[in-house]
Amino acid sequence: MNLNFWLPLIVLASSLFPGLIIFFLSEERSTLRTALNLTGATLKVVLAHFMAYRLLVLGHVHEAGFGMGLGSMFVLRVDFLSLMFLSLSSNLWLVTTLYAVGYLEGSPNRSRFFGFFSLCVTASTGVAMAGNPLTLFIFYEFLTLVTYPLVVHRETGPALRAGRTYLWYTVFGGSMVFLGVVWLQTLAGPLDFAGTGVLQTLGTEHHFTLGLIFGVLITGFGVKAALVPLHGWLPVAMIAPAPVSALLHAVAVVKAGAFGIVRTVFDVYGRDFAGQLGLLGPLAFVAVLTIIFGSLQAIAQTDLKKRLAYSTVSQISYITLGTALIAPFSTVAAIVHLVHQGIMKITLFFCAGNFAETLGLHDIREMKGAARRMPLTGVLFTTAAMGMIGVPPLAGFVSKWYLGLGGLGAGQNWVVMILVLSSLLNAVYFLPVISTLWFEQPDQEWVIMRSSRFEAPWTLLLPPLLTAAASILAGLFAAWTWSPLGVARQIASGMGMWP
Amino acid sequence: MWTELPGLFLLLPFAGTGLVFLLPNQTRPYGGLLAAILLFLAPWAIAADVYTNSPIDMNLGGWPQPLGIGIYIDGLSVLFLLLTAVVGLLVSVYAWSYFSLPENKTKEPHFWPLWLILWGGLNALFSTADIFNTYVLLELVGISAAALTALAGNLLSLTAALRYFLVAVAGSLAFLLGVGFIYAQTGQLDMYTVAQSAPDTSLMAAAFGLISVGLMSKTALFPFHFWLPPAHGNAPAPISAALSALVIKGSFFVLLKFWFVVFHGLSGPEQTGWILGILALAATLWGSYQALIQSRLKLIIAYSSVGQLGYMFLIFPLLSGVLDPGWKLQAWAGCGYQVLSHGLAKAALFLAAGNLIQASGTDNIHQLRNIAVCLPMTSFTMGLAGVSLMGLPPSGGFMAKWLLLQAILASGQWWLALVPVLGGLLTAGYIFRLLSHTFVSDTQAACYGRVFWGMDKTALFLALSSILIGFRAQEVVFFLQERTPILALGGGGP
Repeated sequence: MNLNFWLPLIVLASSLFPGLIIFFLSEERSTLRTALNLTGATLKVVLAHFMAYRLLVLGHVHEAGFGMGLGSMFVLRVDFLSLMFLSLSSNLWLVTTLYAVGYLEGSPNRSRFFGFFSLCVTASTGVAMAGNPLTLFIFYEFLTLVTYPLVVHRETGPALRAGRTYLWYTVFGGSMVFLGVVWLQTLAGPLDFAGTGVLQTLGTEHHFTLGLIFGVLITGFGVKAALVPLHGWLPVAMIAPAPVSALLHAVAVVKAGAFGIVRTVFDVYGRDFAGQLGLLGPLAFVAVLTIIFGSLQAIAQTDLKKRLAYSTVSQISYITLGTALIAPFSTVAAIVHLVHQGIMKITLFFCAGNFAETLGLHDIREMKGAARRMPLTGVLFTTAAMGMIGVPPLAGFVSKWYLGLGGLGAGQNWVVMILVLSSLLNAVYFLPVISTLWFEQPDQEWVIMRSSRFEAPWTLLLPPLLTAAASILAGLFAAWTWSPLGVARQIASGMGMWP
Repeated sequence: MWTELPGLFLLLPFAGTGLVFLLPNQTRPYGGLLAAILLFLAPWAIAADVYTNSPIDMNLGGWPQPLGIGIYIDGLSVLFLLLTAVVGLLVSVYAWSYFSLPENKTKEPHFWPLWLILWGGLNALFSTADIFNTYVLLELVGISAAALTALAGNLLSLTAALRYFLVAVAGSLAFLLGVGFIYAQTGQLDMYTVAQSAPDTSLMAAAFGLISVGLMSKTALFPFHFWLPPAHGNAPAPISAALSALVIKGSFFVLLKFWFVVFHGLSGPEQTGWILGILALAATLWGSYQALIQSRLKLIIAYSSVGQLGYMFLIFPLLSGVLDPGWKLQAWAGCGYQVLSHGLAKAALFLAAGNLIQASGTDNIHQLRNIAVCLPMTSFTMGLAGVSLMGLPPSGGFMAKWLLLQAILASGQWWLALVPVLGGLLTAGYIFRLLSHTFVSDTQAACYGRVFWGMDKTALFLALSSILIGFRAQEVVFFLQERTPILALGGGGP
């Protein structure tokens, strides 16, 4: 058996098949369902890291391709960049599955939920491993389809309306990506992420068209990456259950968009070529606009999940900004922030879910002193929020530091100003929450929605504990070769963008 | 291959009709189903022959031209025949269950003979090379389709059927007049022979106009679509499926043959291709918009056909415009793919809609409750068929949109790109509107009526096929590009 061919397929199948089987299980068979889910998730984590080992240490290239009769193949290829997103998706899927099992205990339609949940991760690992624009588009669209049932999971009127909004945005984004991918292929023939530089060989008369296609592609990916003004779906989609928000906002959807932007800039156009065409300036402008606008909106929200959602809008754009600057440090910052933002934001959503599920709290104003009732959740929330603000030595600080260095390296000193301003705004919307949680007196008696031995069931506490620990460790041991930062540096040097 | 097979294959449905007609009422379904199975199997043998050898070119009864009736089965015909075979068999199985429901029992004896005539008419239409025969077959198909539409028996369906009948007859008459002009000019009736000897006169231009308009109205291209939604929306479920998947494809097929074979050398197609492009755009926008605002399930699906036809009509501006031959082949393959995937997906949707109506007792999407719980398989079917209609990967619809969009971008007719891009967006709008109503749960509402095994599975099978043809493009593209020597693509005919 040729592992280089089969491993990518098995990684996809490890969530696809459990998902498909789960659809056909009856509601009551929760043990079997959980077992299937956790087995698939564990297998995926193990295999993803096995592939990482084989690629980084042994130097094997994993690739599986099939003809589609479209001039372009369906290709799964695991390169350095894939690994980053793959590892993030598979690890976070494991912890989120655990969380979801606890969170949804006893609620209806769980088979449907877990089925689509698994398909969602299949789609995002597919996005990670896609070897060419066509394959990326296939999984990008698949992701839209399978997240919709999760957004409308509660089946209420507002949920269905939110689902509709979500769809209009994402389907629009999908059709833009489609147009861009087809156009590129018509112009330049089949493209491949491994063979960057084809576009540079086109004559200068095509440069205007290339710029147009770039705009179309970024618009398409920007919908899921929640670039202003395409971010409208994200706060609305907060109606979904907490594990879905955690997964959508930290892993699957927004990251697929951000990843698409990274791929477009680095592997389709090539960072330097995109810079020559003058495309990165506008992109950086949109990113900055999104960073500031998202933070300002977050301050105005009183619903905790909505505030987190706008915070995501802002934070995801660090990736875009890092992509748009032509400097080694910012490239590394963009790649590493894919992971850092993921682990910190998922912790925050887990904690918000815990407050909602055990004490019934959604609005920040109701949360006075809640952390004293649920100290562990409070500590974890505080840790992740500090990380988001960029307090050293947490993960967020590392991203911002590199981004700032990148800005200076590219001769764009304003980036540092933006970072300072943005961190200030982050503090403005996170610190009041922390102070409310810890230092204010509760107005009334707590209504305990779920009683358990600890402050919440262990399945709801372990996942945020793990991700919060990861965000501390990622910052603390950033210099280690295999830390997210270390790997990001290897990726950048593999792409020739790190000295 | 056994040389008599094509002839027997064309005769089979009519023999079946006679047989079924003579059978007593209770046993008619058995005869009908037997004929359906044979009709399903035969085209595969023909397809295998065309695939390995070459298009089939023969004269019925052995009479030489110009006396004999020419049969010409190329790759395009094969794909239409196979589509008819697959949809035909599954619709027959569905109809078996559907008409055995007590409320439909009285209509059963009338269904089978009409259905077999329709099927036979379509098969012959896809195989004939003779333009007068084409007229006769168009009439046969139109009349039997209108009669089937009326089978629902209520006032709405009778009105719709009458209107459908009048449009079909008017279209056929325009077509016949055009055929008369052609015969007067050339003295020939065989498509490829006419193409060789046609003079570029104003009489031929008139024939071109009459035939195009007649066929466009039978195919329901905007603005001639007005008869389609009521007819498809009010016919019984299996018939709606056949009408939308096959019958409109019949006249579309003839239109392809006339534009790209019979009138190929003349100035008509070259000068008027862009008009059809505009109509295609209008059809996509208007049909999809109407589908978005309807509240009756079957009307949504019917208007969706109006919109989806727009994609197919893109072939006319693309093939008659200035375009590299390689891209023309690409556009041609895209059009063929759209025909196949739309046929399969739309039939699946209509059958699924029939199940929904059967189970919930209502056609109004706002009153649907608990569908995902009562009919999980049907909801899944609608989702799959929807994916193909929206053109999301991997599905037949995706292939079609991809191929067409590439050809459009290569042709420089940018505005045509609006059809697949906006069309996909609007299609997603109405498909998800449909699907979101299946998610509405209500613990009070019970599942209303019974859905037989065959009704669930046939719809699912059709939807699955519309997805799966997206995985094997090679054979389909081979039939369309290597086995269809159509003149507009640089082929030489038989």
